[in-house]
Amino acid sequence: MESIIQILPELNQAFFETLLMVGIALLTALLIGLPLGILLFVTDRGIFLENKLIRQTAGSIINLIRSVPYVILLVFLLPFTHFLLNTTIGPLAASVSLSVAAIPFYARIAESAAREIDKGVIEAAVAAGASPWLIIKDIILPESKAGLIRGLTITAISLIGYSAMAGTIGGGGIGDLAIRYGYYRYDNTIMFTTVILLIVLVQVVQYFGDFIAKAVSRR
Amino acid sequence: MLTLENITKEFQSKSGIVKGVDDVTLHIRKGEIFGIVGYSGAGKSTLLRCMNYLEPPTSGTVKVDGVNLAELSPKQLRKQRQSIGMIFQGFYLVSSKTVFENVGFALKAAGIKKQHIRQRVDELLKLVGLTDRRNQYPAQLSGGQKQRVSIARALANNPKVLLCDEATSALDPSTTKSILALLKKINKELGITIVIITHEMEVVKEICHKCAVMQDGRVVEQGSTYNIFANPQEPLTETFIETVLDFKLPQKLTEGLDGELVMLQFWGEKATQSVVSDALQAFRVQGNILHGKVEYIQDEPLGIFIMSVTGEQDEVKKAIDYLRKRVSKVEVISHGEHNSNIA
Repeated sequence: MESIIQILPELNQAFFETLLMVGIALLTALLIGLPLGILLFVTDRGIFLENKLIRQTAGSIINLIRSVPYVILLVFLLPFTHFLLNTTIGPLAASVSLSVAAIPFYARIAESAAREIDKGVIEAAVAAGASPWLIIKDIILPESKAGLIRGLTITAISLIGYSAMAGTIGGGGIGDLAIRYGYYRYDNTIMFTTVILLIVLVQVVQYFGDFIAKAVSRR
Repeated sequence: MLTLENITKEFQSKSGIVKGVDDVTLHIRKGEIFGIVGYSGAGKSTLLRCMNYLEPPTSGTVKVDGVNLAELSPKQLRKQRQSIGMIFQGFYLVSSKTVFENVGFALKAAGIKKQHIRQRVDELLKLVGLTDRRNQYPAQLSGGQKQRVSIARALANNPKVLLCDEATSALDPSTTKSILALLKKINKELGITIVIITHEMEVVKEICHKCAVMQDGRVVEQGSTYNIFANPQEPLTETFIETVLDFKLPQKLTEGLDGELVMLQFWGEKATQSVVSDALQAFRVQGNILHGKVEYIQDEPLGIFIMSVTGEQDEVKKAIDYLRKRVSKVEVISHGEHNSNIA
């Protein structure tokens, strides 16, 4: 018990570091991954911006990144991170590789969420003479909102897992704490605490994700 | 209003190129309600989708109000589509939008300002009788109501043409009637040309001025709905008409029947003349009406009767010749005794 109280400030910091890196990565996923996913969908066969070249190029890049295991991506991106931030340690540095992993992950989720929409609904909008941008903004995004939010939940939870790996090479966060105390110092109490913390975090994320997704669904 | 010249649409399939639509030429005049009937897979849906270039034809030209759709830029095509409304079997409403927003979307697509959208949507909802559903979501509506919303959406930008893709096929008979009545009203009051594709001949009978019958991508027969019903040329057309006008006699009735069995058709004003009684009085024959019906197609009567004519062979022949002169169409279904199969 004493060791937990002792570690409390560090635990607190680690928690916010995790939130920070996951938060940044989620934001990037939303800003870049979502448009990319929508692009994949609208350029697909039979959809209004059908374009084989764009779709295949974007699809290949996404598959390429997704096929690299995260630990390796993490190391592979160190030079890039250094170039970007002039450092390779700390939660900010970790968020670079987390973002790179999150973008293609969320892009695929966004694509499949958009695919859930009845093609006829999109076709009716095309038949009404709506512009591609209006269809994306007014039909595709609102109609796939619930799926997009559920996908964001999945992405967030995966990122929490990844963030622990990032922690091992100096990224900070809860994972880093667990490895330092639990693995290097055999301090089981700290390790259990971090695991409980992670479990609670994941549960909370899942709960809110489901709650919001349900609230926006009109089906 | 709508001119299709030699429309062919080919699809690439595993077994080679398949012709969905094969050299179809149609001229649909302004203010007409034009029906296209055919079984599923006949290519009628593809043909309809060629009319607003949702499916650009492989060859042939589509002209809407004189504008060749093939010559338009994507932006111009979008503009043109705003004057071609379309409704579907599956309604295709946006589930995350209210009735108001669904109809408003079409106006938004046309770049109409917000304050005008409000007014126009209310007008449209009044037209389709859904004012009280304004703020509900599609999930809260019945099938008929959903179709009304989609009609309001299709009419939002005052289209010249309304394309209906099996618009009533997912609805029950009484709802179908009310939707057809609405389409009729739209055609009459707003003068909108309507193209309907359907597999239900009942729909054609109810509202179409003209119709075309499709099979294997081709139009096998077309003409005014009345003529198609009264005098079908193709076996397929006959099959479709039988779904509405069925004159099969029970076998029991025709077994051991004497004399000639004839089918008489009275078109238009002839339906009101006393031809049959004249014939029975003029010749020494007996007539026995076994089946009969007067259908009103586009408010014009079409009378069909099946009667047996018995008596001496000579007299029977004379009577039938007489009928041939005075009746629109006489068809001898079978001769002599023991009639058992009726066409």
